[in-house]
Formats: sequence, structure tokens, C-alpha cells
Amino acid sequence: MKIYEWINERVDISSIKKIALKKRVPIFYGTIWYYLGGVSLFLFMIQVFTGILLVLYYQPGAETAYESVKFIISRVEFGWLIREVHSWSANLFILFVFFHMFTVFFAKAYRKPREMTWISGMILLLLSLGFGFSGYLLPWNELAYFATKVGSDIAGAIPIIGDFALRLLRSGDEVSGATLTRFYGIHTALLPGIFTVMLGLHLILVQVQGMSVPPEIEKIPEKERKSIPFFPDFALQDAMAWLIVLNIIALLAVFFPWELGPKADPLASAPAGIRPEWYFMFMFQTLKYIPAHVLFIEGELFGILLFSIGGFIWFMVPFLDKKAHEGIRTPFWTWFGILLIIYMIVFTAWGYLT
Amino acid sequence: MSQTKRSEVKKERRSFLNTLLKTGLVAWVASVIYPVARFLIPPKMAKLNVSSIEVGLISDFPKSSSKIVRFGRKPIIVIRKESGDFKALEATCTHLDCNVQFKSETEQIWCACHNGLYDIEGKNISGPPPKPLAQFKVDIAREKIIVSQMDLS
Ligand code: HEM
Ligand code: FES
Repeated sequence: MKIYEWINERVDISSIKKIALKKRVPIFYGTIWYYLGGVSLFLFMIQVFTGILLVLYYQPGAETAYESVKFIISRVEFGWLIREVHSWSANLFILFVFFHMFTVFFAKAYRKPREMTWISGMILLLLSLGFGFSGYLLPWNELAYFATKVGSDIAGAIPIIGDFALRLLRSGDEVSGATLTRFYGIHTALLPGIFTVMLGLHLILVQVQGMSVPPEIEKIPEKERKSIPFFPDFALQDAMAWLIVLNIIALLAVFFPWELGPKADPLASAPAGIRPEWYFMFMFQTLKYIPAHVLFIEGELFGILLFSIGGFIWFMVPFLDKKAHEGIRTPFWTWFGILLIIYMIVFTAWGYLT
Repeated sequence: MSQTKRSEVKKERRSFLNTLLKTGLVAWVASVIYPVARFLIPPKMAKLNVSSIEVGLISDFPKSSSKIVRFGRKPIIVIRKESGDFKALEATCTHLDCNVQFKSETEQIWCACHNGLYDIEGKNISGPPPKPLAQFKVDIAREKIIVSQMDLS
């Protein structure tokens, strides 16, 4: 309290405290959804923490990357643990961000006045996928090498800027040690910087605007709705959820280690079973079944077009679903979300089964 | 000068200054972005002007076998067919750049990434590849296999 008063005498921080204390969390069937964003935040903090530890031993470069990861997991004390936690938490992070996104979608939390929160969340999702894509290459193993070749080649098919994009990503015409250095910079400096700023914005918006409730709940008169204070009640529940997640990660890390696999070799044939990280699988599987030419355009380009349009629509949902602002659920958007989830699950499963 | 006229002149002056400021800002932003964009693209590597390479002796290649070797900066696949003849093709799939492999059972070339298939001459026959694989010339001189760029004539 002394410290608080010392600071408050110099800069007024009581207004921040007021906002924090005013925030309440609605209690209804969907209260559990409110944990998802918090868990995503926690997983990101784990990534930053373990990532910084990995940086201390990891050495980018075609001749050193694979060897240094091997060194981390076999020689450095608890190095295996740090790497496993980084890998597992990365995957859970993306999973929870997806869960979080779909629950706010179906709760129509993007409706006025929370459009900016949705947009900043979408940017955070894209950045997270960027983290995953750039991190995947860092161990410089065979699987990641070819997955990165494919992923960056897709960028090359974009009209007009494709060539620039490809050389920008690969730092040259081929995936090489230069690409690895570049991905390392993106993964450990560029993305963490931008992500932190975006995350700050996202959290400030959530704090200032408070929690939203689905339209059905909003119709109940304010007085009859139940809620609990965010501080300290809900924050403690959040902490409980985090603790559970941390334990799950520890179990996964110990009992289901991630294979490092063989080292990348630019003169080897791509082995069967080349696949990207699971969260890119539905796109990868779609590309596989788009024929070489659709109408008059190349299949690759057609795929890019498809996903860009789809992604853009998803991005702009707050501005397209106008009825949501009046608290009305339109069957169109409900089905859009449901079909999207079905498509993603079916194509992901199909990709793994074939 | 009347009051209105004076304010008119003032307005004009303001919009002139505004335009000047905006143009300056755009020029400034461009002069920052341009060098950064150029910096991000690495300098072009000197082209390795390889016109031919030696890939080994005939005896290194049993019938129905293959090997991927470096030709300049790009990988190529050298195949010895069942018949004993040699064939050399670009090894990167025309779909999304994976390295292809020779399937000896069917004498076809297969790309594992998205199940692309080429025939032994490098022609795309099924799956997503949109184009055939580029051809290289194979010569044999005193038991040595020499792969060279196709004559462009
Ligand atoms: C400040 C933040 C971060 C830093 C400093 C960092 C650093 C690193 C380093 C040094 C590696 C290479 C070592 C290794 O491969 O085990 C790595 C790998 C990786 N990172 Fe991160 N990282 C950060 C955040 C993230 C986030 C948010 C994700 C979320 C998707 C992520 C996903 C990955 C993945 C998938 C790998 C490959 C793991 C493997 O197979 O070994 N990283 N990271
Ligand atoms: S990269 Fe060869 S089929 Fe896609």
C-alpha cells in the first residue's frame, strides 16, 4: 500500500484502479468461455519465457541450428524440458486462440462497440500463425525444411508482388541458411514486438469495455443478471485455470515428446508424410485437391484467392453482420461459423488419415 | 483590405502550407521505406554459371536407381532406367518446390508433398503439378556420366 500511495502522490493511478475494480464478470452458461482468452494469454507468457531461455543456446544457421537443438535436448540440463514446453505450449496456444475466437464469434461479441477488439484479435491470430510458421523451421529438420519450401512457394504465386514476397521470405531464391537466419529474426524479434503491442491494445479494449454477453442474455434486465467482480474473484478462478493448463503441459512434455527427426538435406527427396503444423493442415489438404488449373487460372493462385477472400470475410464480420448490432442472430452467420468449423475439422482429419 | 478578403487570403495560405506539409511527409515516409525495402531483399548472388557437371561413373548407378545432385544452385535428379538409359531432370516439383523422387516399380517420378506424378520423361501426368520438369542432357564419355544444360538452339 505504501508503494501504491507513493506512486499515486506523483502520478494519478487511482483512475486505473477504479476501472479495474469496476469490472464485473457476468455469470451464465457461457462464463466458462471467458477463461479461453486468459489461458491464451498465459500460454503466450510461457512462450516468451521459454523462448528467451532457448535463445541462450540456439544457434541459427544451416550447419548449427539442428546441432544446437540436439545439444539443448541432450546435453543442457533440463534443456529437453524447456524445448518440450515451448513446443507443446506453442500448439496449445494456437488451439486456445482458435477456441477463443470461435466462442466470441458465436456469442456475437464482435457487435458494436467491440469491432476493434475483434480486429485486434484477428491480427493476433495472424501473428500467432506467423510464430508457428517461423518457429517450425528453426530446428532445421527434414519435415520443417520441405514444409517451409512449400509454404514460401505459395507466397511466390501471389500476383504482382509474388516474386518480391518469395525473396523477402526466403532471403534469396531457395530455402537456405539465409532463410533460417531470417526466420529466427522474425520469430524472436519482429513478431514478439508487434504481438506485444497488439496484445496490449486488445487487453486495454477488453478492460475498458468490460465483458460482453450474448444477445439473449443482454435482453434480461440488468438487475436480474448475475455477476461477480473481476478482482479478485474471477482473477483467482483464472489463476486456477492457468495452473491446470500448466500441469497439462508438464504431463504432455514428459510423456509425449516432440520428435526432432532427421536433419534437413536440400539434396534429399521429400519423404512421404510431409506436412505442415496441424493448424495449417486444412489449407494444405485443400491445396492438394485443387487441380492444376481451375478455369483459366493456376490451381495455386486459385487456392490463394479462395483463402484470401475467406480470411477477409472473417476479418470483416463485425461490419458485414449488421443485424448483430441490434441483438439479432441471423441464421446465415451462425451457419457460416458452423460450416467453417466442420470444414476445418474434416479437412484436418482427412489430411492426417491419408 | 476587407475583412472577408483577408480571411480568404489566410485560408489560401493555410491550405498551401498544408499541402506543402503533406507532400513533405509523404516524401519523408517514402525516403524511409525505400531503403528499408531494398535492404530486406538480399543482393543477387553471382550466378553460378554451370554448363555441365560430372555425376559419377556408370557403375555408381545400378539399373532403376536415381540420385539427386547439385547443378549450380538447383538440385537435379539423375535416373538410370530399367533399360539402362540415363535421364536427367530438374528435381524440384513444378507445383510447390518439393524435391521429387524416382519410383522404380512404376518408372515414374513422384512428389510426396501433394501426390504429384510425372512420367519418366518428366511430363506431369497427375496431381497438382502444372508443368513438366525441365530437361537436362546426359552424355557418357569413357564410363563417366556428364549432365549438361539443354542446348537452347
Ligand atoms: C518472445 C517470444 C519467443 C521467443 C524468443 C522464441 C524463441 C524460439 C527459439 C530460439 C526456438 C528454436 C529452438 C527450438 O526449436 O526448440 C523456437 C522454436 C519454436 N517456437 Fe518460439 N519463441 C517465441 C515465441 C513463440 C510463440 C508465441 C510461438 C507460438 C506459436 C512459438 C512457436 C515455436 C515453435 C513451433 C518452435 C519449433 C519448436 C521445435 O520443434 O523445436 N514461439 N522459438
Ligand atoms: S510440391 Fe510436388 S506435388 Fe505439390
